Amino acid sequence: MARAAPHDKANSLALVLAPFGRLMRLIELPMAWLQRRAGLTGVAAVFLAPNMLIFGVFVLLPLAINVLYSFTGGPAIFLENRTYVGLDQYRTLLDCENYLEPLTCRQDAFWRAVHNTGIFVVAQVSALVVTSLITALVLNREIRARGFWRAVFFFPVLLSPVVVALIWKWILQREGLLNAVMIYFGAERTLWLAEPGWAMFWAVFVSVWAHLGFYTLILLAGLQAIPRDLYEAAEMDGTRPLRVFRRITLPLLWPNLIVVIVLALIKAVQIFDEVFVLTRGGPGSSTLFITQYIYQTGFADRIRNLGLASSASIAMASVLVVLTLIQLSVSAWREREAAR
Amino acid sequence: MNGVGAFLTRRRGGRGWHFTDVLAFAWLAAGLFLMFGPAVWLTLSSFKTPAALVEFPPTLLPLDTRTATVEGHDKPLPLYAVTAEDGGERVLAQVRRIGTVAQMVDPQAPGEIVKVPIDQRAPLREMRFATENYREPFQQFDFLTFLRNSVFVTVVATIITLLVNSMAAFALSKYQFRGRGAVLAIILATLMVPLSVIMVPLYVVVNQLNLMNTLWGVILPTVATPTGVFLLRQYMLTIPDELIEAARMDHASEWKIYWRIILPLSLPALAVLAIFSVMWRWNDFLWPLIVLSRKELYTLQIGLSAFSGELNVQWHYVLAMTVVSMIPVVVIFAFLQRFITSGIATTGFK
Repeated sequence: MARAAPHDKANSLALVLAPFGRLMRLIELPMAWLQRRAGLTGVAAVFLAPNMLIFGVFVLLPLAINVLYSFTGGPAIFLENRTYVGLDQYRTLLDCENYLEPLTCRQDAFWRAVHNTGIFVVAQVSALVVTSLITALVLNREIRARGFWRAVFFFPVLLSPVVVALIWKWILQREGLLNAVMIYFGAERTLWLAEPGWAMFWAVFVSVWAHLGFYTLILLAGLQAIPRDLYEAAEMDGTRPLRVFRRITLPLLWPNLIVVIVLALIKAVQIFDEVFVLTRGGPGSSTLFITQYIYQTGFADRIRNLGLASSASIAMASVLVVLTLIQLSVSAWREREAAR
Repeated sequence: MNGVGAFLTRRRGGRGWHFTDVLAFAWLAAGLFLMFGPAVWLTLSSFKTPAALVEFPPTLLPLDTRTATVEGHDKPLPLYAVTAEDGGERVLAQVRRIGTVAQMVDPQAPGEIVKVPIDQRAPLREMRFATENYREPFQQFDFLTFLRNSVFVTVVATIITLLVNSMAAFALSKYQFRGRGAVLAIILATLMVPLSVIMVPLYVVVNQLNLMNTLWGVILPTVATPTGVFLLRQYMLTIPDELIEAARMDHASEWKIYWRIILPLSLPALAVLAIFSVMWRWNDFLWPLIVLSRKELYTLQIGLSAFSGELNVQWHYVLAMTVVSMIPVVVIFAFLQRFITSGIATTGFK
């Protein structure tokens, strides 16, 4: 009996895979013919072809024509119907008397979005790094039911951004749970998502809530790689916990921490989904971020401006390229360190 | 007193409590409250009737006013506990309310109408789960269509992703050919190209291919994931080449080697990719938002977002459908948590 269970599992798996197997056998004939004609290299090319075709059409081609689009203007969708305007779109985008004052810019919405994104990135990334570091340190202690606690902090990572936003929208609404608690304690009712300052606060809070578990997991893996005997030696010397943290944990965790910071930066610059459902960029434009600006300029506004949207996305891409290069050099440095 | 305190705070191994223990415990407690609390609150709220949802301050559990069918009235009437002048209490059904006075009847003696000031009555309530919140969106609105679209996109995209990515990974790990390094470099370089950077030209390409407002327009651009190719290739590199050589000796064709040897041996990596792909596609938002503008093509996420953005949000339906859209993710998480966490810890991707 003990053996029957895995056998059954294999059987049901085979049942699911049966049509798949038939399909594979069907492909086998033309592939064998091709192998005789073109040899191993030809076969390799065929294996690579579907992926590279889709990849080329939907990633590489768009990457290339994005640059071309940013040099064109007019309402037409297709490149051949668009007029070449040179650097005009970039000039429109960057035309500003004072970059610190979005209202003096020609594209005030873009600069408002840049400002908001800047504030968001600084607040969100620092909050995210601090909270995920603390959570990882706590989960790395000898606690009971560690798997359960890890799940508690991790599960929002798997929720869709729409669900995350709706969970919090429901709590923050006028008649919501938070206002009920506030009134119970004698405070006043606040329209959390209708006041600019609070809307930004909750945008940061909700996105930290949603992504905290992901970075905790990376840091936890790093903490568990630190040799135990270092801590044992410190304990024998009677070293204070804060000193152990500063002298052992932090230096050895530093590479992981940098990865977390850069990854969080890359994600934060592109923030869109959960904040869009939570606030729609409002009130006014107080939680309008760059990705939403691109989305609105290119798709949602009544007059679509694909050229302007392209140039804005290239401006954002250049920031991301810098961040990615930093990340790549950090991971190369990490590998060198590990090899030593 | 000191002895009791020492007893309560004594720990295993004879060590005393350190302040970091207290802080760690506080952090976990706060985490349980802040992380689980909101999701539990949403789920509890999704079982409330519209009347209970607008109640302020809200009740924790879904409560509903008890009703009774009274002779001479078509609809069931809500029941109230009425405190009389002399302090006695009885149960009456409310016919209508005019200003601060409620007209009520005794369910046992429905002929006589009693006038009661509204501050002397309190609704009789019981716990009831408003399952109609879950039934009605499927019957009256398009949520069944949304759900079907979401399932179709998720299943088809995941199957294509697994097939196409594993084929490419096989070629990149087990064959020597010119340009292999270049292909690999291109894939790695685009690992970090986010949708937000290419969405304008991608829209143009999808438009040109007549895929706007089709589910294939959502599926195709996302299936050739560099993450998947990378993950599978790293795994296939660990499969010994001798296996392939031996199969070739037996005159197995390359395609047969791929699907009879490589695919079964890569099952752990394929499982990780399948889980990730299901979660990506099920939770996808920005790209479907751009491609799908016809309501009958909405996925669950887009439908939820549209419903919650309306002027008068029908919260009782939105909350219930949010819970429905959480179900597959929660099921995956409950059964496959180890795969997901180890996948993230080893690759650093989400």
